[in-house]
Amino acid sequence: MKLKFAAAGLATVLAFGLAGCGDDTSSGTPAAGGSSSSAVTGTVTVFAAASLTESFTTLGKQFEAAHQGTTVKFNFAGSSALATQINQGAPADVFASASPKTMTTVTEAGNGAGAATTFVKNQLVIAVAKGNPKKIAGLADLTKPGLKVALCADAVPCGAAAKTALEASGVKLTPVTLEQDVKAALSKVKLGEVDAALVYRTDAQVSTADVDAVEFPESAKAINDYPIVVLKNAANPAGGQAFVDYVLSADGKTVLTAAGFQAP
Amino acid sequence: MTTAPAVVPRRSGTAARVPVALLVPAIGGLIFLVLPLAGLLWRTPWATLPQRLAEPEVREALKLSLLTASLATLLCLFLGVPLAWLLARVDFPGRRLVRALITVPLVLPPVVGGIALLLALGRRGLLGSWLDSTFGVTLPFTTTGVVIAEAFVAMPFLVISVEGALRGADTRFEEAAATLGATRWTTFTHVTLPLVAPGIAAGGVLCWARALGEFGATITFAGNYPGITQTMPLAVYQTMESGDLDGAVVLSLLLLAVSVTILAALRDRWLTAP
Repeated sequence: MKLKFAAAGLATVLAFGLAGCGDDTSSGTPAAGGSSSSAVTGTVTVFAAASLTESFTTLGKQFEAAHQGTTVKFNFAGSSALATQINQGAPADVFASASPKTMTTVTEAGNGAGAATTFVKNQLVIAVAKGNPKKIAGLADLTKPGLKVALCADAVPCGAAAKTALEASGVKLTPVTLEQDVKAALSKVKLGEVDAALVYRTDAQVSTADVDAVEFPESAKAINDYPIVVLKNAANPAGGQAFVDYVLSADGKTVLTAAGFQAP
Repeated sequence: MTTAPAVVPRRSGTAARVPVALLVPAIGGLIFLVLPLAGLLWRTPWATLPQRLAEPEVREALKLSLLTASLATLLCLFLGVPLAWLLARVDFPGRRLVRALITVPLVLPPVVGGIALLLALGRRGLLGSWLDSTFGVTLPFTTTGVVIAEAFVAMPFLVISVEGALRGADTRFEEAAATLGATRWTTFTHVTLPLVAPGIAAGGVLCWARALGEFGATITFAGNYPGITQTMPLAVYQTMESGDLDGAVVLSLLLLAVSVTILAALRDRWLTAP
């Protein structure tokens, strides 16, 4: 354990060291775009949970503006799929997961450069069609006969959270489908193929034109922590670290809170 | 399509005369196609294979896959053979356009196919809303939905194969039957069908194999629920998503073994050119 931490520390030091090097070599070039820490350049590849799509896209644009000469590339998907891709050697600098458990599969495989930091929390809501035609007021209403409900698969964080919330409430629910990420579950509500889906509040908030969100008390028992980490095999560790720092900064917090995330 | 029987000697001395310029890329192509399969075998956890295959979820998904692919093939045969006949034997305006439309599912990304199916047959879809309000029938999230998604993607394979066979078949037998007073239907059932039976079988096998591997349209249109809509490809994806790479490899291998066995068993009989 100690050794692991030491290694992680070393990796961080190396990352910063490299960042320093980058600074030295580029100091002669006229790249100082006015912002404080423009030591970072190049492409930053970020693998992020599907539920972060909108907020991270905004953050990416702001980050690029703050660090002239950088480009942020995103790969949004279900956290578990991303973790598998990373563990199979996919080239990424940063991983932001929708659950600590999924993050652990990456860090325990030795693919994190240091420990992951929780940056936001997210809560589940019941997404229903606009105007809530089926009059759904809570989890118990989802078991009404003839009602079609979509959940995320247990394997992905939104599914695990849904399972926890359902268990906490004692509601026995048979969904019609187990979707592979939260966006897919929400799409089924938007298309009208299901009457309700358990999704994150942030996802429902993005789609207020098509869906309404019904809050339910049991969601407090299934709050998801979102951890973020710079990856060990990052091609651009300095850029990755700068992006993580940006997510954790006040600017980052503003964007994430506006999207409906809660502070950790 | 088919030419006169070839009289070229097939075996003796052919290898010696193969130009290197062809042989090298040919072997490259073979390696390119086979290497990923080798990767699958290389990564297979052989020790735990039997116990993983015995898991009820695996059996359930395999059973559902075999059932839906077979039903989809039957549906394709029922609808596709007459369609192929129409394209091959009847000269109607817009035939080229129809032929082009039929091949669209071949090139369409399967997810797009799934969305298109939802918009047509979903609960709010073009035809689906009528099915729902009139008969109370909804197709998404049902095993029927899986069959429809698979048939949508696989049918072009059947139609193209059968149409090719029909165009290659000698029409003199049909003409003879017609001059002897047979109706078009009798000619079709007694002359045309037996004549192109190998082509139909070949198309059916291709169609079945494609249906068995269908993923995108199924997960989009039919959803994913074990025992009802979760076919093998969906089970592979879900297992992979849960971080269980070994499990995903085992399922992939099983699916591969089933497809290769069927294709290899039927290939010599039907899939080779006459």
